[in-house]
Amino acid sequence: MKKYTYTDQKDTRSGFGVGLLEAGRENPNVVALCADLIGSLKMDAFIKEFPERFTQVGIAEANMMGIAAGMTIGGAIPFTGTFANFSTGRVYDQIRQSIAYSEKNVKICASHAGLTLGEDGATHQILEDIGMMKMLPGMVVINPCDFNQTKAATIAIAKYKGPVYLRFGRPVIPVFTAPDQVFEIGKAWMVNEGKDVTIVATGHLVWEAILAGEILETMGIDAEIINIHTIKPLDEAAILKSVAKTGCIVSAEEHNRFGGLGDSIAQLLITKHLAPQEYIAVDDSFGESGKPSDLMKKYGLDAESIVKAVQKVIARKGV
Amino acid sequence: MEINELTKIASQVRRDIVRMVHGCQSGHPGGSLGCADFLVALYFNQMKHDPAFNMDAAGEDIFFLSNGHISPVFYSVLARSGYFDIVELATFRKINSRVQGHPATHEHLPGIRIASGSLGQGLSVAIGAAITKKRHKDPSIIYTLHGDGELQEGQIWEAAMFAPHHKIDNLIMTIDVNGQQIDGPVEKIMSLGNLRAKFEAFGWEVMHSEGNDMASITIALQQAKLNTGKGKPICNLMQTQMGFGVDFMMGSHKWHGVAPNDEQLIAALAQLPETLGDY
Repeated sequence: MKKYTYTDQKDTRSGFGVGLLEAGRENPNVVALCADLIGSLKMDAFIKEFPERFTQVGIAEANMMGIAAGMTIGGAIPFTGTFANFSTGRVYDQIRQSIAYSEKNVKICASHAGLTLGEDGATHQILEDIGMMKMLPGMVVINPCDFNQTKAATIAIAKYKGPVYLRFGRPVIPVFTAPDQVFEIGKAWMVNEGKDVTIVATGHLVWEAILAGEILETMGIDAEIINIHTIKPLDEAAILKSVAKTGCIVSAEEHNRFGGLGDSIAQLLITKHLAPQEYIAVDDSFGESGKPSDLMKKYGLDAESIVKAVQKVIARKGV
Repeated sequence: MEINELTKIASQVRRDIVRMVHGCQSGHPGGSLGCADFLVALYFNQMKHDPAFNMDAAGEDIFFLSNGHISPVFYSVLARSGYFDIVELATFRKINSRVQGHPATHEHLPGIRIASGSLGQGLSVAIGAAITKKRHKDPSIIYTLHGDGELQEGQIWEAAMFAPHHKIDNLIMTIDVNGQQIDGPVEKIMSLGNLRAKFEAFGWEVMHSEGNDMASITIALQQAKLNTGKGKPICNLMQTQMGFGVDFMMGSHKWHGVAPNDEQLIAALAQLPETLGDY
């Protein structure tokens, strides 16, 4: 198992903030909008340097999505910022008609995704956003794994023309990817090569997968770990190549098991290469208040749960 | 352009509308007929625009149709302005057509800059385009059209609050006050109250126009333009009659979304002189 160490722990939303500033410096067409959550989205640095390129919309997310769509007419590249819940479910029809169907170059940047926003509870803990966004034709869906990757992804999506959903979060997690990485949309990142099982993880579950890989190593199981930071378009070739070698797969995500990464993987396997799969995901429920680490454990999203899923899926091989 | 010239074009546009809706036995003739004069005045007299369509519209005025279901009038005016060949109007709502039931950019029909149909979204989009114009120091104007029933959507009021706060004064919003929506009179379904007072309270410059009088609407649009750049968005409350120009379709919600049969088509066309030539 390849060794991953970290010296720093940060939230991915801060990676977005740094990336937004850099994207703004690189391209004068990059503009930002926020619905009364500047601090939570870490947009302060961008606003300080480019006050004339920032629009405060107030608590009116539907209006924000429409304004962002309109801003693209004339060449602006708008980045909208609010919580994942208010970036998707609350404004689904606005995104569908004014952004996705209208093929507008809007970057929907969503913080506080999933259970790990913690204490605020289920009203804010959206676990359905990946599903909703990936169903929209033409929408790119990205869920990076740490601070550095979120920063790189933010810079990369400014250069890509078309609607993008960028998902990140609040918990402070290890920073283990390279600070100077170039983010390639749709290109899976091989975290660790192995032969017994494939673990595909997205978001901060990649770190849990690494922890699981280390535990599995002590058990004599050689896990291949792949970081699927882009859920759509899915890097099908990377997944199929890995499963052809390992013969089984575990998908890991902080999302409802319906409609997320796991379902994309299952659809791929069922049509291209049959293999047993286990899901690490929330089992069709809402979340609840609590500390992020406690929630990860309770809802079965931690390294220990991944280890159990790996044992289960390996036992199903060749059955 | 002279008023009588504009009136002639409007008559042809009305012929196009009833023929398009009859051709596919589907679509929304009522609101389309009511707004024909407004759209003709806008595209043939008021707006600075180039039919050699460019999405970004640098140096051009932009119009957004927020109540997308009155697409027949929009398509006819675009075609008659030279955005695309009028023969394409015959493909309205038919398979493999760029002339979709509701306006869309997806098939790249020239003249359309945003999809609309799900109501209440156009004002926000227009504000976004207006902000980009301001950032680019482009003095052009953004126009929108909305149905009065559409104002029942909450997003309209989010946008109505935003525009004066951010001094979006390169925006002219027109509301088609025809008093009708699908299920009946607006006052009966969900009363809008005093629209002038509401928009004034939100901080808009509010004006009134007679949308089925070409002279009145032309002057009103010129007046609206003179009022741009003064720190406030402009709201034009435009009185129209749904179905205007075809006596049996006028003033009733019943022709909101119903197509005429063969007999009704003949009766309608008899009231609308062919001026530019049918498609």
